[in-house]
Formats: sequence, C-alpha cells, structure tokens
Amino acid sequence: MSMRVVTEAGQLALHYDLVVVGAGPAGLSAATEAAAAGASVLVADENLAPGGQIYRGITRNTPERQDFFGKDYWKGRAITDAFAASSVDYAAATTVWSLDAATSPLSSSPRRGEGGPKGRMRGPSGQVLPCDAPSPPCRDLLPAGEKGQAAPSHSICDSPASGEKTGVATLGLTLAGAARMVSARAVILATGAMERPMAVPGWTLPGVMSAGAAQIALKSVSGIPAGRIVLAGCGPLLYLLADQLLRAGADIAALLDTADSKQRMAALRHLPDFLLSPYVAKGLSLLLGVRRRARVISGVTELAIAGSNHAEGVRFRAGGRQDAIAADCVLLHQGIIPGINLASAAGCTIEWNDTQRAFQPWTDSHGRTSLAGVLSAGDGAGIGGAEHAAVCGRIAALAALADIGLLSSSQSAGRLAGLEKKRQTYRRGRTFLDTLYRPARQFLAPPDPDTMVCRCEEVRAGTLRQVIALGVPGPNQLKTFVRCGMGPCQGRMCASTVTEIMAEERGVSPAEIGTYRLRAPVKPLRLAELGALPQTPAAVFAVTGRTPEQHSLEEEGKNR
Amino acid sequence: MLLRIREPAEPVTFSFNGRSVTAARGDTLAVALLAAGVDTVRESVVGGEPRAPYCLMGVCFECLVTVDGIQNRQSCLVEVRQGMVVTSQSGARLVCGGQNR
Repeated sequence: MSMRVVTEAGQLALHYDLVVVGAGPAGLSAATEAAAAGASVLVADENLAPGGQIYRGITRNTPERQDFFGKDYWKGRAITDAFAASSVDYAAATTVWSLDAATSPLSSSPRRGEGGPKGRMRGPSGQVLPCDAPSPPCRDLLPAGEKGQAAPSHSICDSPASGEKTGVATLGLTLAGAARMVSARAVILATGAMERPMAVPGWTLPGVMSAGAAQIALKSVSGIPAGRIVLAGCGPLLYLLADQLLRAGADIAALLDTADSKQRMAALRHLPDFLLSPYVAKGLSLLLGVRRRARVISGVTELAIAGSNHAEGVRFRAGGRQDAIAADCVLLHQGIIPGINLASAAGCTIEWNDTQRAFQPWTDSHGRTSLAGVLSAGDGAGIGGAEHAAVCGRIAALAALADIGLLSSSQSAGRLAGLEKKRQTYRRGRTFLDTLYRPARQFLAPPDPDTMVCRCEEVRAGTLRQVIALGVPGPNQLKTFVRCGMGPCQGRMCASTVTEIMAEERGVSPAEIGTYRLRAPVKPLRLAELGALPQTPAAVFAVTGRTPEQHSLEEEGKNR
Repeated sequence: MLLRIREPAEPVTFSFNGRSVTAARGDTLAVALLAAGVDTVRESVVGGEPRAPYCLMGVCFECLVTVDGIQNRQSCLVEVRQGMVVTSQSGARLVCGGQNR
C-alpha cells in the first residue's frame, strides 16, 4: 500500500475517519500511525510537498547536493518515507479554510459547562461544550505549566450510552481552484508554528525577510540571499540559520543578538534540566561555531532597518553604543509561536502560555482540544521542536482512534506509555530555552510610534497606543476602530504585537488582554469556489424553495 | 534577492510583468521570483509602498500576485507552471478584473 496523491477536489472522499491538517512532522506521523491502524485518513497541506517547514524540500533534496544542512534535517526523510508508504490520501497545495467541529449527538441541550472555559474569547457555535459534564477544568487563559495536567482525559463525551465519543466534523478545503466540504470523525490540527513577528522600524522594506524565509529558500531551491546579510533577533533558530548560510557560502556581515541579558538569571534555574536534554551539544557547537565564523554582536537593545525602497542596512544600539552596518538583506527572528488560526476559528479554547509567551489551543496530555473530535499536535499546540512534534502526532493519532472506536484502550495504552516517555525526553530543556530566549520587551512591544505593527492595513504602534489610551476593551475592538488585523493576513503578522502593546499600556499580563477573535474562512476563499460547492438537493430546496429538478426544468424552459 | 547555489533541475518558464523567468519544476512562485532577481513583487494596498515576500510560508500575505488572471494569490504557495502569466499588483484591487490603478 502506498499513499494516494489527491490533485483535484473531485478525487477527495466525502468522508474520512481522520483528517490531518498539515504535513510537517506532527501531521505526517499522526497520519502514518492512524493509517497503520486501518483508519481512512486524509492529510491536507498547504505546501507542495510533505515535510512542513522544518523538513521542507526533504523529498527533493539529497545530502550529497544539499550538504549545508545539519544531520537533524535528514531525520525528516524517515518520516516522509513512512508516510509515502502508508495508505493515506495526501492533498498537497490544499488550503483548509474552515473547520466546524461536531457537536456531540449525545448532548440534547448543550450548555456551557460550569467548570468549563470562562471568559472565552470567541463565540462561534463551537464554543458551547459538547456535553454536559464534567467539563475540562480549563479556562481560556490557563497559567503556564498546567498544560495537560489538569485535564481529566477529556471524559466530557465519554458516555457509556455511545461507543463513540465524537460526531462528525466538517472541513472546508480548496484544492486546484475548487472547494469541497469533507467530513471526518476526528480531526488532528498539525498546523505548526510561525515566527513571532518582530516589528522594528523598516521591517516592511523589500530585502527584509524573516530568518525562517531564508531557511525556506535554502531548503526549497538551495537559494541564499544575495549580497551582505545581517541576521537580527534571538533564539536558537537564528544561529542554526546562520550556520547553514555560512556553510552554503553566504556573506554574513553580522549577527545582531537581541537576547535579553536579564533572562540569563531567570533561565539559570532551568539549566540542570537543559543539560540533560538532547539539544546541549548541538546548541553549544552551533553557538560557538557561528561566533567563530561570523561577527556576532550581543546585547543589541535597539534596531531599525534603513532604506527607502529597499533595505540598505541596520542601525542599532549595543552596550549603550549606537552603530550601523550596511546590508542588502536583513533577516529577522525572535522565536516561533503556534499558528492558531484554524484552531481558534473552529472554537477551540485558547490559553496563554506564559513560559513561551504565546497563545496556544488548550489540549489534554494526548492532544485533545476543548472541542470533541478535534485534536492538536506538534508546534501548533505549543512549541516543542520537530522530534517532539512527531511523537505528539503519533500520540494524538492513537487518542483519536481510541475516541472513534478504531482502537481499544488496551491496544493503545502500552504504545501511549512508550510514546509519552519519549516525548518527555524531547521536552527536556525546553523551559530553559524558552526562558533564556524570551524576547526583550522593546522587541515585543515596539516603543517607536512609527513602527508598522499591522503590515496589511499599515497601522503603526503610535496609533495603537493612542487608541488603547481611549479605553478600548480589547484587540477585537481595536481592530474595528483602526482596522489593525483586518487585512489579508487576518492578524497573523500583528496579533502578538497588538496583545503585547496593549498589555504593556495597561500594565497587565497578555493573558488578560487575549487575542483576536478569528472566523472562517481562515485562508482566502474565492467566491467562485464557494458558489460552486456541491449542494445537496435538500440544501437547494431549503434556500430556493424548489428542488434541483424544478430548477433544471426551468432552465430548460428558458433555453427553449 | 536570492542566488541559487545549485543548478535547478527541470526548467520551467513563466512570465512576470511580461518578462520571461526561468525556474525549476517544484519551485514555489515566490521563491522563483526572488531567485530571478525580482526585488519588489507589489505595491501595498494602503500606502502604495514597495513590498516583497517576507515569510515564504503562507503567513504574511506580502507575496500576493495575480496569476493567470486570478488576483491575490499567495505566490509562496503556488507552484510555478510552464507558461504561467504572473503580474504584480499595485495598490488596492479593483472588482470585475479591472485594471490596476
């Protein structure tokens, strides 16, 4: 058996046991695991080939030709090989623009569970907990560190009256210019991470990209930025990219490290845990290797990109001294955060992770979100890295299969225990990294009023601060007042900055501010695609009052 | 702007604003444009500022272009195809396939 590549909407089945959104390590591992257990599986992914961002291009690159990647990159090959050999439907270049979670058929009168999410930030129908009680003891803004511990293994729909815990979820997707609705008994969101936006003056200029973008160019076409490169920001990925670019022969003028020196003390108490993690040796050799081969400037506290129609260089302050470096390309990075748009629009409870300083879907220890039948795995559920994501994908698949009755709990229990142990290994040291590389305040909430925060609608930090001072209740009202977050990216590039600015202005935690309320479609959907969706005769009758047969008779009459 | 440090296999040719561009099969359009030396792919809707692909992973929507007459395609998610006609967008979109301002 092997994977079936779906290239047209018409080739999709109407129904799957499991739909996995995303083909990175979490999604691929989840799909492979589920298919092995006999489930019918669809993997829908935006990209042209499997691998996600971390293993992008893995099916096209070879260690001989692309010798600038470290050995960790090639670990992706085993994941994509196993995926290609499994009996799944794989839809590449496919956008999933909506997810309607099933409301449980068991609940005759769904109501908000008393102990359930309070003060939620969104209100599609999915927000009502699908069963009466007990609800997961989660709130939108759970304090960090409680993830997965407080949850009663999502017993909310575990009724002895039913063999299944879930109903049917519906996903809207577009493939090769045509949209389809597909239903699934379970959905695993493996939508991965995005880079935390780093709004600095001049960051909208051509010639400025995220560090992740440069890595994508390297992985997808073996492309390196032309001319002199400045990398700026903080976090392990910045150094990883610097290392890869150096190996590929790029001209790095400087790496400006904006890591907050105050965080070193805070991170210290997590150091013992990090020393036991699998990342120590790699991290240290990267750090030292880059410092040996490139000019690294630490303690950067201010940064602006100079240029009128193109980046021409950077101005910065380090150790109290103002300086400037000419550059043709500036690559920004300050860590990664979960991509929550689909989970959020579906109505999953979103919580604030204070250690990672980001919002993420609430999940139990196996990846179940607050919505029955919807699970989240990998970096989209909280940052843990590629190998962690792959394990989480398998755990979520086993949990999903158990929930829909395709695996008995005795079948999954032993494997789950093994996987959870493995996951713990990959979690080791994460808190140290998260704490050490928490971006400095001035890079989370830009102090310069002219800094563009919303790139789409061109709303600047100063405008936001002025409007916040008027007493705007939250990011959603801010959006309606000044259009911040209303452009095509749907707030992806400004949400975190908006929350940070508002939290700073109010002197409260981002957890209290919340983030944008999101709604489907979470990705662009053409009206033509929406209009051409296949409709059932009942739906046609409900809207027009006539059956499809009557419609076609009338059409014939007109043509006569 | 990107330099390809490995020769592209299986060349594909498309046009960008009337200019012929060669890329490789399996490339995304955004990366192909950057590798062809295209520096600015559009002018922003609100301020008419020059913009270029920023994230290359479907998040930022800076790489929007018109592909074969369809506006606002995320070029980082579109695969290059032989004969594809790509044009940049300047300023706000017009309805009914109207001309750019």
